[in-house]
Amino acid sequence: MSAAKLRLLVGVLAVGVLTAGCGGSTGSSGDGPVTLTLNLFGNMGFKDLYAKYEAAHPNIKIVERTSAYNDHHRNLAAHLATGSGAADVEGIDTGFIAQFRAQPERFVDLRKHGADGLKDRWLPWKWQASVAKNGAQIGYGTDVGGLAMCYRRDLFEKAGLPTERDEVSKLWPDWASYFEAGRKYTANKPEGASFFDGGAQIFNAMIGQAETGYYDASDHVVVATNPVVRSAYDEVLKAVADGESAKLVGSSPAWNTGFAKSQFATIACPAWMLAKIQDQAKAFAGKWDIAAIPGGGGNWGGSYLTVPAQSKHVKEAVDLITWLTAPEQQIEVFKAHGILPSTVATYEKPEVKNLKNAFFNDAPVGQVFTTAALNLKPQYQGPRAGDIQTAIRDAINRVEEGKQDGPQAWEQMLKDVERIEQ
Amino acid sequence: MTLARSGPRRRWAYQLDVKGSPYFYIAPFFLLFGAVGMFPLLYTAYVSLTNWNLLEPTRHWVGLANYAELLTDDYFWNALFNTVSIWLLSTVPQLLAALFIAHMLNRSLRARTFFRMGVLLPNVTSIVAVTIIFAQLFGRDFGMVNWALDLVGLDPVDWQAGTLSSHIAISLIVIWRWTGYNALIYLAAMQTIPEHLYEAATLDGAGQFTQFRKITIPMLRPTIIFTAVVSTIGGFQIIAEPLLFQAGTGNPTGGSDRQFQTVGLYLYEQGFSLYKFGYASAIAWTLCLIIVVMALVNYSVTRRIRRS
Repeated sequence: MSAAKLRLLVGVLAVGVLTAGCGGSTGSSGDGPVTLTLNLFGNMGFKDLYAKYEAAHPNIKIVERTSAYNDHHRNLAAHLATGSGAADVEGIDTGFIAQFRAQPERFVDLRKHGADGLKDRWLPWKWQASVAKNGAQIGYGTDVGGLAMCYRRDLFEKAGLPTERDEVSKLWPDWASYFEAGRKYTANKPEGASFFDGGAQIFNAMIGQAETGYYDASDHVVVATNPVVRSAYDEVLKAVADGESAKLVGSSPAWNTGFAKSQFATIACPAWMLAKIQDQAKAFAGKWDIAAIPGGGGNWGGSYLTVPAQSKHVKEAVDLITWLTAPEQQIEVFKAHGILPSTVATYEKPEVKNLKNAFFNDAPVGQVFTTAALNLKPQYQGPRAGDIQTAIRDAINRVEEGKQDGPQAWEQMLKDVERIEQ
Repeated sequence: MTLARSGPRRRWAYQLDVKGSPYFYIAPFFLLFGAVGMFPLLYTAYVSLTNWNLLEPTRHWVGLANYAELLTDDYFWNALFNTVSIWLLSTVPQLLAALFIAHMLNRSLRARTFFRMGVLLPNVTSIVAVTIIFAQLFGRDFGMVNWALDLVGLDPVDWQAGTLSSHIAISLIVIWRWTGYNALIYLAAMQTIPEHLYEAATLDGAGQFTQFRKITIPMLRPTIIFTAVVSTIGGFQIIAEPLLFQAGTGNPTGGSDRQFQTVGLYLYEQGFSLYKFGYASAIAWTLCLIIVVMALVNYSVTRRIRRS
């Protein structure tokens, strides 16, 4: 081979490598087997159900991918905006549903696939929260985070508080009496164990019960003017000043350690939190118990399954989410993982209503959480509710860390909220 | 046939081969760089002149408005202060320690290869794992650092809450990961210094420290400039450490009062949490210019090492 030919060959090879790098595989379509992808966050309890669905539908293969809560929703926003990269089924949390509901053209309108006939499956507010301004239904509800208050029996006993769940529930009909009980607890608290985990989490639970939260029904931010927000903020900070808070930031590694090290005696717990407590506080089985949430009702979290309009297998994907969110499957999820369905028909089923949880001293979780879900007053969620929540959490943390006083942190938070709003 | 081979066409092909081939061989790099380096850079410059928000379907040309807003944005200046502070706290001790370690490794030690490889180990560990472990070590209630402080009778520190304390903690992560890497670079340079310089100095009665100051440091000057510039580029782009230092909480605000939010993290917050792509692109370009300026300043400062 001559030198010139060799040079040519090298050049051709180099270009070949380049073009091979650029070419992507094209997606399959047609009558062959269909692979449906689901992008979810955290454990939604579906894994056991996929095999069952695949057995009934031999041409379908299901692949689930999970990522962290915030990453998942950020990726979804990017994939929708750029028109590619989204899965056939995307999970969306309550905190983000309003943001995605504002772009209905990017999702399959489930009304075109028989959604109206299924409407009665769900709690009415759950159904309504994923309906866009133009009437399109973008998702089917999976779970709701009906609220309860989890507490440690042993710590309550040491502090001289009642330990039976009915008496404990009577101790705090409202938040004022909850904080009052906290003061009594704090007066003889066991070493190192505060009354609640962190001010921001309690604030979350309180605001979840209000009729109006951060937005009015026409999507205006009302944080500065809604008296409920300010009074909950002040009440929580009063309790923090009284030494009731363990000053832990929710979901942080330190918060996880807090469970194992008994740093707090109560925690506002939506149904999905039970699995978390059982994971983090393994050594305390039977010492945890569940009482009613102060103020009654309230919601924290809960999710939806949606089908992005860019999916190549719209019909198959819709069939799958219709099946996954059907009452029969939701009962299985509740029994296996304690994740409370939003399909109201399941609440009357004995296997839901009578479910008890041994870890929580045989607390009647079925009855507690279905009651909470039925009692809650639905709250309108605006597009940036999740970001506003974070700004308020930071404000409460600044006070807990002793860096600012309540009014200072409030002023700074309002400026942050203004920036989020634009 | 013979005509064709010896005619002007052949000469033209020969000319092309001689003059053109080199460009052809380096083309793959520049094509790749153009696709994954230059194009994003220029496209980011274009986006920074628009008000593109990922959640809104339309975008408009806004000229330099994003840059004007940035100059009056308290959170940007706060992030820049944090970045400079963390960069200084990490780079200066890191390079000094690396010099010292390299000097030690340059002597005749037992198991020298073992130690030389050992200093590189922190650098090959996963940044995510390292940061999460350091965050645990600096925990408020059950962190090992506070436990040690307690042993010697000092009050515990809420490392994450304070500005200086969080900067120190994050700097330590950087120092831990990069000191060994820089030490190896210095070591390689030290081994090229001719032995007779030291021998002559010893004959003249110069001690160890004088030899280090008068021979080793001046001879290492180009290497020190290189490490200082590379550390500056890395230090100003720092994002993973401050992001993961508040792991689990999910939002890139760098602490409740943005006390450890760096410019990179602020860019990430504006772009991928608030979806303001136009504004985030303006931050990216501003950061790029700052790094260029800082690298030049660094270059001229470290050049003076020998003269002083």
